[in-house]
Amino acid sequence: MGRIVLDKVTKRFGDVEVIPPLDLTIEDGEFTVFVGPSGCGKSTLLRLVAGLEDVTGGQIQIDGSDVSSMPPAKRGLAMVFQSYALYPHMSVRKNIAFPLKMAGMKSAEIKRRVDNAASVLNLTDYLDRRPGQLSGGQRQRVAIGRAIVREPAAFLFDEPLSNLDAALRVGMRLEISELHERLKSTMIYVTHDQVEAMTMADKIVVLQAGVIEQVGSPLELYRTPRNTFVAGFIGSPKMNLIEGAAAASYQAHTIGIRPEHFDVSAEGGKWSGTVNVSEHLGSDTFLHVQGTGLADSITVRADGEVAFRHGDTIHLTPREEHIHRFDAKGLRVE
Amino acid sequence: MATQHSRSAARMMMAPAVILLLGWMLVPLCMTLYFSFKKYLPLRGGDLGWVGFDNYTRFVSSSSFWPSIYATLVIVGGVLAITVVFGILLAILLDQPMWGQGVVRMLVIAPFFVMPTVSSLVWKNMFMDPNYGLFAHLWRFFGAEPIQWMSQASLPSIIMIVSWQWLPFATLILLTAIQSLDSEQLEASEMDGAPIISRFWYIILPHLSRAITVVILIQTIFLLSIFAEIFVTTGGAFGTKTLSYLIFQRVLESQNVGLGSAGGVYAIILANIVAIFLMRIVGKNLDN
Amino acid sequence: MARAVSNRRRLINTLLAWSIGLLIFFPILWTVLTSFKPEGQAIADPPMFLFFDWTLENYFVVQERSNYMRYLMNSIIISGGSTLLGILIAVPAAWSMAFVPSKRTKDILMWMLSTKMLPAVGVLYPIYLLFIQLGLLDSRLGLVIVIMLINLPIIIWMLYTYFKEIPTAILEAARMDGASLRSEILYVLTPMAIPGIASTILLNIILAWNEAFWTLNLTAAKAGPLTAFIASYSSPEGLFFAKLSAASTMAIAPILILGWFSQKQLVRGLTFGAVK
Repeated sequence: MGRIVLDKVTKRFGDVEVIPPLDLTIEDGEFTVFVGPSGCGKSTLLRLVAGLEDVTGGQIQIDGSDVSSMPPAKRGLAMVFQSYALYPHMSVRKNIAFPLKMAGMKSAEIKRRVDNAASVLNLTDYLDRRPGQLSGGQRQRVAIGRAIVREPAAFLFDEPLSNLDAALRVGMRLEISELHERLKSTMIYVTHDQVEAMTMADKIVVLQAGVIEQVGSPLELYRTPRNTFVAGFIGSPKMNLIEGAAAASYQAHTIGIRPEHFDVSAEGGKWSGTVNVSEHLGSDTFLHVQGTGLADSITVRADGEVAFRHGDTIHLTPREEHIHRFDAKGLRVE
Repeated sequence: MATQHSRSAARMMMAPAVILLLGWMLVPLCMTLYFSFKKYLPLRGGDLGWVGFDNYTRFVSSSSFWPSIYATLVIVGGVLAITVVFGILLAILLDQPMWGQGVVRMLVIAPFFVMPTVSSLVWKNMFMDPNYGLFAHLWRFFGAEPIQWMSQASLPSIIMIVSWQWLPFATLILLTAIQSLDSEQLEASEMDGAPIISRFWYIILPHLSRAITVVILIQTIFLLSIFAEIFVTTGGAFGTKTLSYLIFQRVLESQNVGLGSAGGVYAIILANIVAIFLMRIVGKNLDN
Repeated sequence: MARAVSNRRRLINTLLAWSIGLLIFFPILWTVLTSFKPEGQAIADPPMFLFFDWTLENYFVVQERSNYMRYLMNSIIISGGSTLLGILIAVPAAWSMAFVPSKRTKDILMWMLSTKMLPAVGVLYPIYLLFIQLGLLDSRLGLVIVIMLINLPIIIWMLYTYFKEIPTAILEAARMDGASLRSEILYVLTPMAIPGIASTILLNIILAWNEAFWTLNLTAAKAGPLTAFIASYSSPEGLFFAKLSAASTMAIAPILILGWFSQKQLVRGLTFGAVK
């Protein structure tokens, strides 16, 4: 069980209000991702849930009971840190066993659980090594192993993949998703990488300056961003945000068109411009188009086989049903 | 950044250290201040009442005061000059590629671990003794009359002993600082064709300036209160009575506690002036 | 820094550095050599370097005449005791300042440092008086306390700089893993800080061993450590160079060896982290 409720939670450091009153409910078994640019308060929020920081006001409930003033050890949560935070002086076995030892478990039971976790995480051959002798991916697994042996009410992940190289990151992303499928426990995952958020989350919480901009499933955020911030943050490459006359013709202050929602043509279309850079990725081609009079540069995602080059004239036609409209405050207009 | 729990635990765990140091600082300090305003002669009548600033004026107007300031300045200044100059040279030398660097380092650093009473007595007797000391042998070998070190050249003798003790400290710290110098910077200047002297003057010395300041300040604080080196060699005779030693004599030898305490207050003020500069540097370092 | 250097230059460096090194080390070497000479040969003119009648006699005489063992025990108890006591008080304090810093942490550290700068002679009489009142004069306990107090700021500072290097996340991980404050310090922090704690201990034993103001002024025959033992040789009778040397060698040998092990930490400890 692990239903986590934040009720008007606030946090200030001295005079600085990092998190203004915030409400959020995380259902049992949900994989929730906190995403936002660095300094948006997502890690602070996670640390508040963990109990590593005190809330200044409001309440945090886990499964209905108020834990706001409980020390981290008593909240029944497990955390995986960005730096893994393994104990360098202990073997892998002792690292994984540490929370169980702290809980006063019998050594036979500890051994059973550690062996079990190690075989799940492919760590059996490394149990007697020190963290210093492991690769980044293996360390990450040890950190996860240390978290799962406790069978916690919820898992907290603080940017766990940011220290891994790109290839490993994709692999670990899958492993964590599989882990969630298997354990079905609540997980809160903090990242600044919207790709991780989109691929892993059941529910994404987009934060900016300590304020929740939008909460929803990945597709909801993609399809109906509530404001220009979420629109620009979710999706890659970024949504084109266009102001001025073109927007006014749609009765909006700003319109947003995702790169993948343009039809391109060499002959004719709604808008025209010049290709500045074209990036061929094989499956797709990203075209950076200038001189459209819409914005400095418009990013277009086209088919992998298109043959536009630097300096070519290109015509763009937006798919009307995918145009997002925003008012002067940046809020979505339906 | 922490929780209420850890903050209150932290306060609890800091308490013993803070309370002990606070007591260690305040109790004697207040007592010294208290005595400094009294005529207090434990062996000749005890507490003879308040005398205002009498002790303070008497301490500075006594015939031993200015000589003691002179001796202090000469010793501190002499030792600083020797240890800093030779420390820089030695540090640069030890930083060069050579065989057996580790062993040489151990040889150079060794005097720092010799207790002050030992180094003072070894130097005083086995080197500076006018009849049997090694220096006397050396002087006689060259046909010169041996020097009566402790009486004729008392201040230079003490400067020599103390410098020997503190040279390792200066060398070690300056060596550490030199080793943190980016070797690419030196190589670049070598490529630019800068001669050795200007490399030293424009690159090494500015890089060392902070370490030199630290060496000077820390040594000053320790040197202002050297005691054993004088206690076992001249006992304050032959113009080697420093301010600290003068206070020691006033307090324990002539048992004029009021007068000695006033001197102590002067010494505390003097040390604090140096300390402020040192703390500035240390404090700046804490910030980053 | 692997710079290409001609062997010729390396040789010159080596010769120069070794001669200066030996010159600086010479007084210690000379003391050790002299301690093995008969008194007559210790003052021979010209001086005898290696070809004298080696003897251990001086060591026995020193032990018999002045009960060296008692002074040695006092030195060990005073430096060991004060260091141990200091560490016990300093570890929690340094933990607090390194891992739960507040706005005042820096001020407290600086203030602690400033107590180290108080000239001893300025508070000599009050301490002397308190010692008489408390019956601590010429007692090991009294010296353990005083030496602990004068070195406490250094101990706290050194531990603080070592603790600062331990990532906070690891301690937070321990907290998340259900460790109490006690277990956190005992099972996670202390093992990780062992090298730092060890060098702190080492440096402080050295400083305590060589302390020569309070040990000279607050002790007499009973609790005097080796500093006081050597000071008793300042007014000797007759020929005594060899005996002085034997006594000196015995007083400095243990700490010289410890000192060589702690060279690196010395810089950090004595500059309060201002030079790294």
